[in-house]
Amino acid sequence: MEATTTGDILNLLPALPEIFLVLVGMALLMVGVFGRDPEGSVADQAAVARLVNHLAIAALAVTLVLVLAVAPDARITTFGGMFVLDGYAVFFKVLVLIASVLSLLLSRQYLELVQSSRFEYSALIVFSAVGMMMMISANDFLALYIGLELQSLCLYVIATFQRDEVRSSEAGLKYFILSSLASGILLYGITLIYGFSGTINFDVLGEVFAGYGGEVPPLGILTGLMFILAGLAFKVSAVPFHMWTPDVYEGAPTPATAFFSVGPKLAAVALLMRVMMEPFGGLVDQWQQVIVLISIASMLVGAFAAIVQTNIKRLMAYSSIGHVGYALMGLAAGSEAGVRGVMIYMAIYLFMNLGAFACILSMRRRDTMVMGIGDLAGLSKTQPLVALALAVFMFSLAGVPPVAGFFAKLYIFFAAVDAGLVVLAVIGVLSSVVAAYYYLRIVKIMYFDEATQPLDRAVSREVGWVMLATGVVVLLFFLYPEPLLANAASAASALLGS
Amino acid sequence: MDDLPILSLITFLPLAGAAFILLTRGDEAVVARNARWVALWTSLTTFLLSLGLWAGFDSTTPAFQFREHAEWMPLIGVAYHLGVDGISLPFVLLSTLLTPICILASWESIQSRVKEYMVAFLVMETMMVGMFSALDLVLFFIFFEAVLIPMFLIIGIWGGPRRVYAAFKFFLYTLVGSLLMLLAMLAMYFTAGTTDIPTLLQYDFPRSMQVWLWFAFLLAFAVKLPMWPVHTWLPDAHVEAPTAGSVILAGVLLKFGGYGFLRFSLPMFPEASIEFAPLIFALSVVAVIYASLVALAQEDMKKLIAYSSVAHMGFVTVGAFSMTMQGVQGAVFQMLSHGIVSAALFLIVGVVYDRVHSREIAMYGGLVHRMPVYAAVFMLFMLASVGLPGTSGFVGEFLVLLGIFQVNSWVAAFTATGIVLGAAYMLFLYRRVIFGVLTKDHLKKIADLSPREVLVFLPLVILVLWMGIYPSTFLDMMDASVANLVDRLELARAGMAAVDVAGR
Repeated sequence: MEATTTGDILNLLPALPEIFLVLVGMALLMVGVFGRDPEGSVADQAAVARLVNHLAIAALAVTLVLVLAVAPDARITTFGGMFVLDGYAVFFKVLVLIASVLSLLLSRQYLELVQSSRFEYSALIVFSAVGMMMMISANDFLALYIGLELQSLCLYVIATFQRDEVRSSEAGLKYFILSSLASGILLYGITLIYGFSGTINFDVLGEVFAGYGGEVPPLGILTGLMFILAGLAFKVSAVPFHMWTPDVYEGAPTPATAFFSVGPKLAAVALLMRVMMEPFGGLVDQWQQVIVLISIASMLVGAFAAIVQTNIKRLMAYSSIGHVGYALMGLAAGSEAGVRGVMIYMAIYLFMNLGAFACILSMRRRDTMVMGIGDLAGLSKTQPLVALALAVFMFSLAGVPPVAGFFAKLYIFFAAVDAGLVVLAVIGVLSSVVAAYYYLRIVKIMYFDEATQPLDRAVSREVGWVMLATGVVVLLFFLYPEPLLANAASAASALLGS
Repeated sequence: MDDLPILSLITFLPLAGAAFILLTRGDEAVVARNARWVALWTSLTTFLLSLGLWAGFDSTTPAFQFREHAEWMPLIGVAYHLGVDGISLPFVLLSTLLTPICILASWESIQSRVKEYMVAFLVMETMMVGMFSALDLVLFFIFFEAVLIPMFLIIGIWGGPRRVYAAFKFFLYTLVGSLLMLLAMLAMYFTAGTTDIPTLLQYDFPRSMQVWLWFAFLLAFAVKLPMWPVHTWLPDAHVEAPTAGSVILAGVLLKFGGYGFLRFSLPMFPEASIEFAPLIFALSVVAVIYASLVALAQEDMKKLIAYSSVAHMGFVTVGAFSMTMQGVQGAVFQMLSHGIVSAALFLIVGVVYDRVHSREIAMYGGLVHRMPVYAAVFMLFMLASVGLPGTSGFVGEFLVLLGIFQVNSWVAAFTATGIVLGAAYMLFLYRRVIFGVLTKDHLKKIADLSPREVLVFLPLVILVLWMGIYPSTFLDMMDASVANLVDRLELARAGMAAVDVAGR
């Protein structure tokens, strides 16, 4: 941890992007409230919502620039050590902002279509982005919890955004209750840790735990660690804390599902990894086997449970559970190569998953969204480009070279084999074969089956752009992988302080 | 010539052609016609370039030639590294030869989604050439795996009635095998510190590790080759694939496995190879006899040829693991010969399938009366498959038997029965399809080979005879590389013997 600047208690510069985004978020609410006629028609509301949507996208883009502008050469902490900014945080913040921008781009057309276009949606995404950035930069359990809750509260509302849809309300309620429970468990774990160590600061905790030097720590610390792990495993939707995922993913409005599957997941994985590697870095022996177990269970459930799904959103939910399993494999390695692997994995996952959702969002028949896998039949004839894009994303999710998904898995397996977790890697390989089956099934339905009722051809311009951009990234990643790999490597070494 | 990245050019030219076809727009008939011509010219140009490769190849040295090296993922030391030696060059030529033939053979039989079809074939050519010329483990793996995508689509979109089942079986079977190989490759990287194949060829892995690595690679290559008992995807895939798909599958994709044994298993894990050669012999002998017997009972022409492929690949593994000069040369030669002969046989089935739309042997009979040219071509390739002297099949099988006889005469004897059985099922097939009285109504008006079809078969006919009558052209090409491989195996054997003596 060389060159750590802790002198300033209140150096606002590292948190500038977050501060900017919060202010913009509040301004957006004002624009939304005062910019419309309270008695106005649905179309009127939609016009305001569109304006807020555009402004939010612009604000997130500016924040992205700010994040890169304030990116420090060395680790900086501020707010009395509660907030940390290092290469690792910058890497994940950039990803989270990209995810937010892309999912806002995806949302407009859908919400107008289902008559739920209200400006709050974009503002909520902005606030949850702030929460996620806070999570990523948390260097203290209190900061962690505040960021996590800010993010979660926005997500509950986003999940129920399609108010007149029973499923959407149900999804939001389920998400709220289960997630609150998980937050409670997490909080309980934090209090145990505080009680047994006397601090909640990551840096101090790291020193305390390193002091055990391989000996088994007190039971209270271990229990606290397990509670924290359980709470965070819920947030990344890892088995056995995954039960909410399929229901929420299915019920929430599709662009919200797209956002859930990447944004919060990125932030939660970043958080989990920082918590495990920094404060609990000295207790690797204690948590490694738990992570290995969670990883195996997630990969297997993700692979097998998805086979029988007929709704594409549920399928993507199980697929995301499986992908978290792979990412955790990198964490289980507990090494720099592992952290690097997870970062590469999550970055590639962001693009392929959002791309797949862009394709799902273009599944419409007579202006109604359809979600059955069978509805894709014959898509390769009616909409060859969308089918091609979705096929690329499916092969990528399955991890078949030369598309990007393969490289993501390569770096994860690389770390696992390096750390001697060969059995874990073999299970990962075998479950990825099972998973390949259901990804291929979608390709099969699009390319081998005849269309019964063709889907609408119209793809909105924004969705088309997202599809194209993510598709190009995923398909041509192999041409120039260096920027991502080098950034992930330096960010990983920033986290491990080497 | 050394300055031109000719190998990259050969590898990626088809991909450029595919991208070009993908971008064509307009009326369906026009697009289809353009796609066919672009695909044909691209693949022909690629073939001519690969002939240039042959012309510039120095067959006196076992070293890799036409090497190209560029940094790619320096983080884990993976580089873009291409090159060919005497073992891989013939396969590169085989791939570039068969692709234009396949495109020409599908000229009329593929009428739906022509654009996508041609794209799939050109992409596949890139993957095949890249696979044979990759000199980096990860690069090799990427090409090895990526070939699944176009083949999956070719079987699934343009295949027969059970195409979905066949496509999935093909994909998942090969995926299981190759992913475990990926883990083995990573383990190799952590032991040897590099993924560079020429370096790894010189590296001596500890013996206990060799065993595990060898088995992981065996699984991948055994599925691909295929060896008994993991061959069951092959008959399904062959039967359901469109003609040209079967041609590429039998002609080139099966060679991935054999090439893998020669490039990885034998030179990189020589001690494990020596230790487990008897296992390979046993599996190969079973494959040869069992597959031949099954072929004898087939009612479907493509299935019969598919099982004959399994039997012929048994020869390849026997030859490769005999670890003698003749055996290994025979294995490579047998693969080349099988690449030509089985490709031609599938094309022969395709000719009548296009006319009658059935592969049932019982639907045919007496074709010689209406199709004399066809009967003659069929006769030549049938005899080549049986291994008649003067055709390419004879040279390969003879060399393999010569090699294995020095090592284990029992294996030689059992393997030789495969030739007898092969003659039985091929002659039986030929008699039922070609000879006899032409009684069936749907055959009364069947037409002989069209000029296009003659053009398809012509290069194959020439090659089969050339390889049979003057095999030195091809044997000389691989001589130095094979000798190098056999030397390394001899050295390992001597080392093992010394350890044994010391242990006593």
